Amino acid sequence: MKFTIGWLKEHLDTKFEDREIIEKLTDVGLEVESFEKVSSDLDNFKVAKIINAEQHPNADKLKVCDVDIGEQETVKVVCGAPNAQKDLLTVYAGPGSVIPKNNMKLTVSKIRGVTSYGMLCSESELNLSDESDGITELKSNKYSDKVGENFFKNNTEKVIDLSITPNRPDCLGVRGIARDLAAAGVGKLKHTSNTNIKNTGAQKIKISITKDKNQGCIIFGSCLIKDVSNKESPKWLKDKIESLGQKSISAIVDITNYVMLDLNRPLHAYDAGKIDEEIIVRNSIKGETFEALDNKEYKLDNDMCVISDKSGVLGLGGIIGGTRAGTEFNTKNILLESAYFLPRSIRKTSKLLNIDTDAKFRFERGIDPQSIELGLKKASKLIIEICGGKVSKFDVQKIKKYKKNKIKFKTSLFERIAGFKVKDKEIIKILTDLGFEVSKKKLELELTIPSWRPDITQPIDIVEEIVRIKGYNNIRTLEPDKTRFKATLNKQQKLFHFLQRSVASKGYFETVTWSFTDSKLNNLFKENYNEIKIVNPISSDLDVLRNSIFSNLISYLKKNLDRGFKDVSLFEIGPIFKDNKPGEQLTVLGAIKSGKISRLNWNEENRLVDLFDAKKDVIQTLVEAGYDRQNLFVREKSPSYYHPGKSGSVYLDKDDINPVAYFGEIHPNIIKKIDIKTEALVCFEIYLDYLKDKKIKLKDLKPQFKFSDYQKSDRDFAFVVDKHFKAQDIIDIISSIDESSIQSVKIFDVYEGENIPKDKKSIALNVTIQSSEKTLEESDLEKINKLIISTVETKSGAKIRS
Amino acid sequence: MSDIKKIKDEFLERLNKDLSIESVNQIKSELFGKNGKISSSFKILGSLPTEERKKFASDLNYVKDELQEKINKKIQQIEIKEINSKLENEKVDVTLPERNIVQGKIHPVSQVIDELSSIFSEIGFSVEEGPDVENEHYNFTALNTPDNHPARDMHDTFYLDDKKELLLRTHTSPVQVRTMLKGKPPFKIIAPGRTYRSDSDQTHAPMFHQVEGLHIDKNINMGHLKGCLNYFIKSFFEVDKIKMRFRPSHFPFTEPSAEVDIGYELKNGKIVIGEGDKWLEILGCGMVHPNVLKNVKINPDKYQGYAFGIGIDRLAMLKYGINDLRAFFETDYRWLNHFGFDPLDVPSNYRGLSR
Repeated sequence: MKFTIGWLKEHLDTKFEDREIIEKLTDVGLEVESFEKVSSDLDNFKVAKIINAEQHPNADKLKVCDVDIGEQETVKVVCGAPNAQKDLLTVYAGPGSVIPKNNMKLTVSKIRGVTSYGMLCSESELNLSDESDGITELKSNKYSDKVGENFFKNNTEKVIDLSITPNRPDCLGVRGIARDLAAAGVGKLKHTSNTNIKNTGAQKIKISITKDKNQGCIIFGSCLIKDVSNKESPKWLKDKIESLGQKSISAIVDITNYVMLDLNRPLHAYDAGKIDEEIIVRNSIKGETFEALDNKEYKLDNDMCVISDKSGVLGLGGIIGGTRAGTEFNTKNILLESAYFLPRSIRKTSKLLNIDTDAKFRFERGIDPQSIELGLKKASKLIIEICGGKVSKFDVQKIKKYKKNKIKFKTSLFERIAGFKVKDKEIIKILTDLGFEVSKKKLELELTIPSWRPDITQPIDIVEEIVRIKGYNNIRTLEPDKTRFKATLNKQQKLFHFLQRSVASKGYFETVTWSFTDSKLNNLFKENYNEIKIVNPISSDLDVLRNSIFSNLISYLKKNLDRGFKDVSLFEIGPIFKDNKPGEQLTVLGAIKSGKISRLNWNEENRLVDLFDAKKDVIQTLVEAGYDRQNLFVREKSPSYYHPGKSGSVYLDKDDINPVAYFGEIHPNIIKKIDIKTEALVCFEIYLDYLKDKKIKLKDLKPQFKFSDYQKSDRDFAFVVDKHFKAQDIIDIISSIDESSIQSVKIFDVYEGENIPKDKKSIALNVTIQSSEKTLEESDLEKINKLIISTVETKSGAKIRS
Repeated sequence: MSDIKKIKDEFLERLNKDLSIESVNQIKSELFGKNGKISSSFKILGSLPTEERKKFASDLNYVKDELQEKINKKIQQIEIKEINSKLENEKVDVTLPERNIVQGKIHPVSQVIDELSSIFSEIGFSVEEGPDVENEHYNFTALNTPDNHPARDMHDTFYLDDKKELLLRTHTSPVQVRTMLKGKPPFKIIAPGRTYRSDSDQTHAPMFHQVEGLHIDKNINMGHLKGCLNYFIKSFFEVDKIKMRFRPSHFPFTEPSAEVDIGYELKNGKIVIGEGDKWLEILGCGMVHPNVLKNVKINPDKYQGYAFGIGIDRLAMLKYGINDLRAFFETDYRWLNHFGFDPLDVPSNYRGLSR
């Protein structure tokens, strides 16, 4: 909402300074976006000084001047004036300026082969005098320190631009703003001038509002103004309209706009001669069309509120008028409309047709239904003054009677909410100043809500009015109350934070990527989840919600590889989506690692990252999070985007159904499709939702501390076993032979090749044996050895290597 | 006796020379071996007359000890010498680089979320979460923003169906609704998380982060709101004094509503919070609207309180001098390395919020 201080003062009697007014506007909730002058064409004329004037190489009567215009570098201007000489102070007009005398627009041009940037002006060209023999000579005592400044004072007023919240339609008119300021103590609201106009004769065009279902128009007021001569607006009106950066069109259009901005009362003027017999306000019928004032043809749906005549639609009520009955300079008779349209209807229609106009913006937020006649009066008075003509009586059709709303307000509610006290007397004053009718009943106030405040419906709204007018700086700053009802984080949240930092501590950089992704990429990772399309994506490559954590990670990894990085470790912890309903999402930690370990290190052999790096990171993270390594179980099964032979899934327990994590290499087909160039690439993902809550707290979880001081023995074994037999199973078999004495089983070699049958492999293990009861004798150890060999051989079909 | 002395002098002299460990061992066996000089001297002890025997034995033992000690010392000397000369050759260049360090990083958004959790934990808030996909009811209607409300236009919403019932939450406020529906007052929560708006330019990203705050109890008024935010802003920016301004504003789900500005100044192109005469808008807040309380079956005559919403990314930018919002989500390794935090740097009250 834009207006000038001068305009404001038409409604507000105040001695406050501009600065104070600006501050107060923000204080009462009308946020000032800017307060500055609208730039004018005359800003292009600068006070300038000729630094050097030389003879033009190709013309006797011309000079080439270096001119100081207050900028870092001087400009070259070709000038024919005899008085153009070194040190002269004069007026410079830059390219783009319009010379006041002849309306000539300046451009950069070559004059006899020398480029001239703008010109130096004579007094006559500036309309200052008739002097045209030479360029303007400015007195050095007055102008020598003003080089570079505007020569013409910009007389336009500074414009205030407010950002009005959607609850305050009344402040979309200057008068509403003045009312708030007056209530806040910045002067007095002036009375509206009540000079009556002469209404002669009836409004002869028949107006009817149909009783359609969901009729969007409740009141339609109008008057006929005959024998006008439409013209260009007078200067004051033009200035007003233009100071807001709007274009002046014609007196009649400017007047309706002016009244809208002044009183927040939108109006519409029709050329009465173009109306076919009568006005019918009705619901549209699907397929009807009309050409609107924005020169677009709109095709209407059912049930949009239209203003029509016998021949069809004239305009969309409260949104936009049509060209068919629009006013022009030769319009003789005008029908002036001042109506009330329902916000809901306006919003629905404008959204469907995607139209945004000043009128729509206002009606959508709620116009004062009691301003119908005020608007007609103010506008018709101005039209007669400027364009002449005679005004008919006002015709007001309505399908519902407007009743002012009343509410009861207990003043104690104010202190309960705001936390400080304001005396009843002051409350009454504030509300009265805002236009409420107040009557005091013991502990309550009975309030009649002003018709221009559709936002006020309940007592809390009244609290807001009082506190904002009184000033938010009166609210006290109370010490924060520290009572706690619940632990800060629940177990799942603690786990989230723990995993996040645990993975980061292994050398991964945490990133945050969009929750959406490119459907083409997503398809590579989506598995059995449904694709979730965004109806209105921001771009075609962010068109679906991600079904996997990897689509974004992998494409950003690629970007970093393209930047020249080789060893990149990234992870993200966040949502992936199973379907499009609230809650159908999982929290996943995904990590990805490329390149080499120990690249370019003088004392360590470098090697490619491999899936056992990913496995180590995922297992270690789970162990750090408190899950027992002994119970973790790995299977070959993994989603299809993994390398089928080089990936696995991790279960918290052998009997669990859902894996909590996957690790491995990305499927080579995907690497190829995405066109990633890297030596090696591995990844892992952890599903937080499947990580079972450890119900027992750490303090209760620790078993009794038991240790054995008896002698430890190590025995090595090598088994030849079927190639597909799982190492994990052999470890399991051995560990469960004698849990009290077999302390650990370590695989230190896996061998395939010479001396081993083709479909077999050799696994070499080290077993640590220690009893908690005694030092084991050679014979005891021998017994265990035999048991290990026989059990492994029976259970796995392996043969001990001799 | 003179024999013993002779042995002693002879061997001491030999032992005083520069010897190898082998020569010392040779001497040792010449003296103490089976037929060594000392060993055999002890053998003649028995053949001596009683009166001489005692003196001889004493002298012999004395010499034996002296020589033995001398030999031990000599061996020790040689060993030390050998170690020293060995160490001389074992010198390495310790300025050579260590094995490769791996250092991970925590994203600034995560770090700031942890900072916020720590700050609000101090005054008794707990953390709640809600789904990223919301329905129209929780995101708007239950928050007193019915379908025909112009405030809906301020949220450029991503929709997931043509009927516009499913959407990506445009703010964290639906968590208020979900939290209040599933529990009973009092409520004292913050809800950090991802939020989405179909808006993308230099200062807007289609996804960003907000933290919602909600405190509902019997007597919570605007003074508590001001106190809470004053505490939060001071703690977060780690300054003793803060200039804070409450301005009336409008949000459909709070009333009265306010926007909060903090004072700042520019020093060498950097924003310094807490001083200066410029204002920076940093959050929106207000008293929870009675309609919202009614929507979650809470009696607004009994319970009341405040809510606020803050942009997390913006907080991170202000505190850590990050200029470009879009860079938060572009996963540039250099940026993550530069602005990321060490994973061991966990914000907490007792160790301090940040280093």
